[in-house]
Amino acid sequence: MSGHLHEDMKSRVIDISGASPHKCMKCGKCSASCPSFDEMDIKPHQFVSYVNNGDIEALMASKSLGKCLSCFACVERCPRDVKPGKIVDAARQMLIRQQGQAMLTPEDVPELLDPEVPQQLLMSAFRRYSR
Amino acid sequence: MVYSYYPGCTLKTKAKDLDRYAKECAKALGFELEEIENWQCCGGVYPLGTDEIASKLSSVRALNEAKVKGQDLVTVCSACHHVIKRTNDDMKNVEDIRTRANNYMELEEPYAGETTVLHYLEVLRDRVGFDVLKEKVVKPLGRKIGAYYGCLLLRPSKIVQFDNPENPTIIEDFIKAIGGEPVIYPYRNECCGGYVSLKEKEMAGKMVDRIMDSAAGMGAEELITACPLCMYNLNKSESANKLPVYYFTELLAEALGLKEEV
Repeated sequence: MSGHLHEDMKSRVIDISGASPHKCMKCGKCSASCPSFDEMDIKPHQFVSYVNNGDIEALMASKSLGKCLSCFACVERCPRDVKPGKIVDAARQMLIRQQGQAMLTPEDVPELLDPEVPQQLLMSAFRRYSR
Repeated sequence: MVYSYYPGCTLKTKAKDLDRYAKECAKALGFELEEIENWQCCGGVYPLGTDEIASKLSSVRALNEAKVKGQDLVTVCSACHHVIKRTNDDMKNVEDIRTRANNYMELEEPYAGETTVLHYLEVLRDRVGFDVLKEKVVKPLGRKIGAYYGCLLLRPSKIVQFDNPENPTIIEDFIKAIGGEPVIYPYRNECCGGYVSLKEKEMAGKMVDRIMDSAAGMGAEELITACPLCMYNLNKSESANKLPVYYFTELLAEALGLKEEV
């Protein structure tokens, strides 16, 4: 891929997230705080590096996109106000805004249901995993 | 005092207890929750993308309804509170979102974040007062209760301004007011897994087991929450230490002697 496209994708992630990856000082507090750390292939502090390096395609292919809870522990505790959780979400948006890339479709739902599932769970999951 | 009330999707269906006890207790405590007409679902999660506008409009509509009536807006569900409060902050402080949302809305007067958003617990703390609540308790609970805050009530603290995000006290103070003994445990402000429990059941199960083990290990006999999704996830725990989970409004009704009547 050309460097030009890399830069374009990088600036889109920064625009959508409103985050400031260049401020990161690699303290690792975000990854230390993340309740999904064990489930992630790319860890929260590494997300920042991928953006700084312009390697957005790798982020968009990461299984971490489906594991981030948007619980904002990383955002709350970041001493430099980098907002790693918003970067994860922006990468997810870049993926699911493409046709056919939704991480959840209505066809997936019946087998995921049980009688107690609250409406809130379905709403929230669709909002995060699809457009 | 009359407040505009935003119940949210789940309080009309799977979380009816959270709703009806809240309304009954409000009457006993001297305030009224007047439901916003034709409210629409908040979406459950705050849309994080800076370019997402349409998904914030249901919150803006509710906020504007409250503004027109000159009332503060009250929610009971943690998620509704989180989404509406953050959207309100956008409307107040983010010019691009305010302009574009108002372009959609075509209101007589543009909405610019004028409404005050309160969680029911904030009404108890800041408007009623926990000391006044305590005087109205007829049946002090006397049990060891763990507050489960989760994430939505507390973070990001600069915007939701609910309590100290690392060492909150509001629910413990509530527990004391209704005659219970609050139990502090390390995982009370850790996420329950939220929406990942739909697809990632094993991952979510591990998270709630950790919360249950943490609370039970510190001596809690039961947990309380304000969030239907936390309730659902916590109830999925398969830990040997699994504790019963109640909505905070149910224990409030019990302490006020209203539980049997509702």
